[in-house]
Amino acid sequence: MITGAFAMVKCLEKEGVRVAFGYPGAAICPFYDALIDSNIHHVLVRTEQNAAHAASGYARISGGVGVCITTSGPGATNLLTGIASAYMDSIPLVVITGQVRSDLLGRDVFQEVDITGAAEPFTKHSYLVKKAENLPRIFKEAFHIAATGRPGPVLIDVPIDVQKASISEFDYGKPVDIIGYKPSVQGHSLQIKKAIQAIHSSKQPVLCAGGGVFSANACNQLKEFIEKCNIPVICTMMGIGVLPTEHPLNMGMLGSHGCVAANKAIRDADLVILAGARVGDRAVASPGQVASRAKVIHIDIDPAEIGKNMPAHIPIVGDLKKVLDEFIKSCEWKAPDEWVDRVTDRKQRYSRVEIPPVEGYVEPKSFMRTLSLKMNKDAIICADVGQNQIWSANYCAIDNGRFLTSGGLGTMGYSIPCAVGAKIAAPERRVCAVCGDGSFQMSMMELATIRQENIGVKIIIMCNTRLGMVRELQDMHFGCRHCGVYLEGSPDFVSLAGAYGIVARSVSSNEEAESAIDEMLASDSPYLLVCNVSPDYSSL
Amino acid sequence: MKYTISVLVENHAGVLSKVSGLFSRRGFNIDSLAVGVTEDASISRMTIVVEGDEYVVEQIEKQLNKLIPVIKVKTLVPGETIARTLSLIKVSAVTGQREDIMRISELMGARIVDVTRSTLTLEFSDTAERTETLETLLRPYGIKEIVRTGIIALEKGANVTRSTKKS
Repeated sequence: MITGAFAMVKCLEKEGVRVAFGYPGAAICPFYDALIDSNIHHVLVRTEQNAAHAASGYARISGGVGVCITTSGPGATNLLTGIASAYMDSIPLVVITGQVRSDLLGRDVFQEVDITGAAEPFTKHSYLVKKAENLPRIFKEAFHIAATGRPGPVLIDVPIDVQKASISEFDYGKPVDIIGYKPSVQGHSLQIKKAIQAIHSSKQPVLCAGGGVFSANACNQLKEFIEKCNIPVICTMMGIGVLPTEHPLNMGMLGSHGCVAANKAIRDADLVILAGARVGDRAVASPGQVASRAKVIHIDIDPAEIGKNMPAHIPIVGDLKKVLDEFIKSCEWKAPDEWVDRVTDRKQRYSRVEIPPVEGYVEPKSFMRTLSLKMNKDAIICADVGQNQIWSANYCAIDNGRFLTSGGLGTMGYSIPCAVGAKIAAPERRVCAVCGDGSFQMSMMELATIRQENIGVKIIIMCNTRLGMVRELQDMHFGCRHCGVYLEGSPDFVSLAGAYGIVARSVSSNEEAESAIDEMLASDSPYLLVCNVSPDYSSL
Repeated sequence: MKYTISVLVENHAGVLSKVSGLFSRRGFNIDSLAVGVTEDASISRMTIVVEGDEYVVEQIEKQLNKLIPVIKVKTLVPGETIARTLSLIKVSAVTGQREDIMRISELMGARIVDVTRSTLTLEFSDTAERTETLETLLRPYGIKEIVRTGIIALEKGANVTRSTKKS
């Protein structure tokens, strides 16, 4: 006989979970009690939302499923933004919440909330566990659903009486069998044949890579395929890093905040291969136009993405890695050099002109470049949301490291907890969060987590005392009428870091910044670097 | 245009709210929805009538298929489908009108299931169009109450929408 809570911990162990991010409370106490006897390392975040973000960073770097745990009611509702962020970026999470006693459900008792109902629109699946003996089956299904097909967050809500109840048998061996869930991984061979014909008859092909390339763990296949066929690559924000920034065929990020070369490449292409990209509105504003000029091959594991945003001539539903393997096997063809030269030439011509530094300020774009070049090749950069995200996305050189950001939901405050999760997943790698003074203040409580875990997360604040991106919108579309965008009243970030015992420095020129980066990277301790940036610098 | 979609789902609590939530958040309009268990008690069939174009119906099918408890989705072809709605209609039937109403009922193939001194209640199972006709015919006598189920539908012929693997 074991308790439900003990069974939950055992399920996590069976799934190979080593780290869980969470915040306890009354309704999850039996689980936390059972956790004491386990080797699973619990990371106490400082607000529940960041448990989900940290689990997301952990999942993206470890390649496994991220796990987070909170209590019922407010603990659960605080998770919502984190769950939604993971859902939009297709990050595999198993989210465990405590719940009030099942016989009290629906009576609005203390800390009761219908969390499966609230999270329904942005979970891949959810469970409200009614019987303790179902826990092993549900946990096994949850991990399976989260990690397979198009990954995403799965929520398990466990009433406290279910955690306390005894179960006679713990059987985790039964294979998962969900009648309504059989994701297709093997691309349809006829469609693949059609795609290869289309590639062979194209003159100006371009491949657009999205976050799905990482989900499918297909970076190597992608590189091999485009090198073999000489196809230029553009990427969405979620796809940054699928190819090294300096790769000759990498044309950069497309979209409203992307670069000219990438946008012109997709405009002029006669064949567009969408690989694990859903081409949201920020990536392609008028997808109908692209599809009217070019033949579109869309490869995605989620059939619902195909034809949703952009009409596809040749849809291929399947695992990108397998499909690209087929492409590599069957494509005996190279894109004409004239096309590649034209695209590459634009990349050089339109690579943005460096803005002359303003006295007393750090110039953010060259700073980003310097920072990323000084970091190890496998470094992980976590960008927040706002101007800092666009600067990082366009100017960080990523080699075989990663660029992590909240691409779909655009959640401010994501970078620091994401960096915490990433660093715990890969302690040997350099991890750096880049945020603005706005987004930093949404997650600065996590300095305590960094301290408590003693992990060497590096934090850069691009400090311009503005919500820079909103201010930019107000400049452009609202006649420079500013409202609610001045961040006066912010603390002295260096003293704040000092209060947490974290080394920090504030810099106001690129030369100063460079020496600070060297100091920051000299050891693997946490470090906070405040870059004073002119409020006048634009995102692009 | 109206489309009739037949959906086999696992017969669990909460599945209906997952399906209806999907329709509202993605902006799909439900005309009618009917749910009931199938020959296999662990599986329910939902018959959903929606208003939309081909793009919308394709999206609905794909999004429904993404829900884990959804086993099979099939858009039924008009003309190759038997579709029925069940109605209960309470009509005012004062002396002198009763005979007329009974004749209409007989003519249309409705059944009288309840009688009082002042009302008749008719049960009618037929297509949506014939139900409209019956209502029009009864309206002059004073319809007191109507309840109609959503449309339920099956394919004509020997074909079966099976609850095997989702494609």
